[in-house]
Amino acid sequence: MELIKDGKRLDGRKPDELRPIKIEAGPLHRADGSCYLEWGGNKIIAAVYGPKEAIPRHIQNPTRAVINAKYNMASFSVGDRKRPGPDRRSREISKITSEALENVILTEMFPRAMIDVNIEVLDADAGTRCAGITAAAVALADAGIPMEDIPVACAAGKVGDTVVLDLMGEEDQEGQADVPLAIAPRTENILLLQMDGHLTVEEFDRALELAMNGCQQIATMQREALMKKYQSFEED
Amino acid sequence: MQVGTTEQHKQGRGTFREGDKIFANRLGILEERSGFVNVISLSGVYDPVQGDTVIGVIEDVSKMSWLVDINAPYPALLRVDEVPWRVEYGETAKYLNIGAVVVVNVAFINEARNIEVSMKGNHCKKVEEGIIVDIQPSKVPRVIGKNGSMVSLLREHTGCWIFVGQNGRVWIKGDDDKMSLLVEAIHKIEREAHTPGLTSKIEAFLKGERD
Amino acid sequence: MNISSIKKDYLYRLAKQGKRPDGRATSEYRPITIERGVVNMAEGSAMVSIGNTTVLAGIKMDLGEPYPDTPNKGALSTAAELIPLASPDFESGPPRENAIELARVVDRGIRESGTINLEELCIEPGEKVWVVFIDIHILDYDGNLFDACSLAASAALLDAQIPNERFEMGENRPLPVQDPPISCTFVKYNGTIVVDPSLEEDEVAEARYTVAVDKNGDIRAMQKGLSGSFTVDEIRQSIATARQMAPTIRKILEG
Repeated sequence: MELIKDGKRLDGRKPDELRPIKIEAGPLHRADGSCYLEWGGNKIIAAVYGPKEAIPRHIQNPTRAVINAKYNMASFSVGDRKRPGPDRRSREISKITSEALENVILTEMFPRAMIDVNIEVLDADAGTRCAGITAAAVALADAGIPMEDIPVACAAGKVGDTVVLDLMGEEDQEGQADVPLAIAPRTENILLLQMDGHLTVEEFDRALELAMNGCQQIATMQREALMKKYQSFEED
Repeated sequence: MQVGTTEQHKQGRGTFREGDKIFANRLGILEERSGFVNVISLSGVYDPVQGDTVIGVIEDVSKMSWLVDINAPYPALLRVDEVPWRVEYGETAKYLNIGAVVVVNVAFINEARNIEVSMKGNHCKKVEEGIIVDIQPSKVPRVIGKNGSMVSLLREHTGCWIFVGQNGRVWIKGDDDKMSLLVEAIHKIEREAHTPGLTSKIEAFLKGERD
Repeated sequence: MNISSIKKDYLYRLAKQGKRPDGRATSEYRPITIERGVVNMAEGSAMVSIGNTTVLAGIKMDLGEPYPDTPNKGALSTAAELIPLASPDFESGPPRENAIELARVVDRGIRESGTINLEELCIEPGEKVWVVFIDIHILDYDGNLFDACSLAASAALLDAQIPNERFEMGENRPLPVQDPPISCTFVKYNGTIVVDPSLEEDEVAEARYTVAVDKNGDIRAMQKGLSGSFTVDEIRQSIATARQMAPTIRKILEG
């Protein structure tokens, strides 16, 4: 498959272009905070519960809140049906997502407590971990969780010998490298970074630059989504 | 998001500082008051403060105390010597059993967020009738209104008894029909908490001028 | 879940007068919305809301061996996940009793009303058949999961295509589905029976009853749950209510 033709990608994007993204803050009725995110062919829903007393007690930390992110793919969200429940991949993603979010949450304000962050992938089209973190961050803000910043994530990679932003399904499968990145957009500190494939140091620099730039664009959309929920609300 | 600098402002609620810059630590509404810069939450759990009067539900009973769910991240302890009755050892459940509703004061809270409540203050009692309406704790000031104006309005138009706990639980008592109207009105305040002209909208609603 | 004593008293008092906390009549259903084809990766999908309860069902299909006792028929498997996203009371991990009961009741209604023509899903008798997986995710829990899941499963089946292309077996074609069951759930508390329970009604429910009726109004599946009981008359009355209600719900489902 030719992934890049005349400087354009399979879906017509330029190398430094994001897929279409739609973010909605607070669609769920029961959760303390929630977010629905469409990103290319990905559909993700995230819900936050807490802070609440950490149970079982042995997971409590006497000085700060525990962040408990759970990334889960719906069985019907992928080509061949996925067996329900966590596998090794989703456990790993849950762990690094928890750690990335924990970095910005003011956990010391809630000793012995727990904040549950549930990320459900309803439809998958590459980049679900980045989409999950992006959605979770909006849900956390919607839940009023104190944070130093609203995290955001985006991947870059290499396909058809070109470094590109935001891989879609076919690019992810046939591509040469994938670099998911999560940052705190204000400081551009890196909260999550993974890579698989093959990149030169120069290509990595370019990928990082693209992903950083993508993150900043998405950070603006996150803020707009949160504002939109409250747009009819003014101080009287 | 940066909301001020330490040269111009004092660091208030809902903010954190890095160097001389002050940032919002949550989604909220910016407020400058007496030199402080505050960010007022639009959502979030109840964060207990000593002296708050709150509505709790008994979630566990032991021989010398009760554990009370006060809608905070942590349950609160209610000791037998903090209730208005003389409770014999082991007779706690006779007075307050699991599911019982109480109005209590937050009497003590420490760094580790151990919370103790008391029933010895003003308004404190066991709730025997009426219903509890749950609202977002961040919306409590709106349901109360400036100097209690919203509560007065609600009382006047429904004839119901109303008590607003700081923890987002509202105790109402009255005719069932009036209470249904009141529950709707309270949820309307909650939904439209930050829209202008809220008081007159609620008044119109209570008069049956539905929008 | 710890429901306060006075909330329970209030619901009980209303029930005695034939009233419900949200103002509905005892035999009044909440508004239903159905959105079809929401998941690209699935063979079929539907998001269903009943009031504030929202569930998403997705259909996946795979090739497998038939069951030995039905060598000429495709196979059906239904699972429900009470994911912690939907309620502070749901936990992650393998499905517990509640999720299993829920999935089995949904499965029974669909299976017993012959909604899917399983014979048409046979490729080589005794060797190779299509297996249809219905997976249901609860997204927002505000009562009455049984009906929401049943509706979502039926709507997703109606939306589904057999994925022949993915298996290089020719062109995709619609899954042979007709006349899905309509499920109606009732709960009883303090002697009153209400249809389509809200969350607070589910919380105080003493007994639950689900009945699935077909398009002729015949009964195709039932389930009584929880530790309370019903009288024979109460069950008959509930069936009558369900039969009255079913055509309206069917119209929304077949949209």
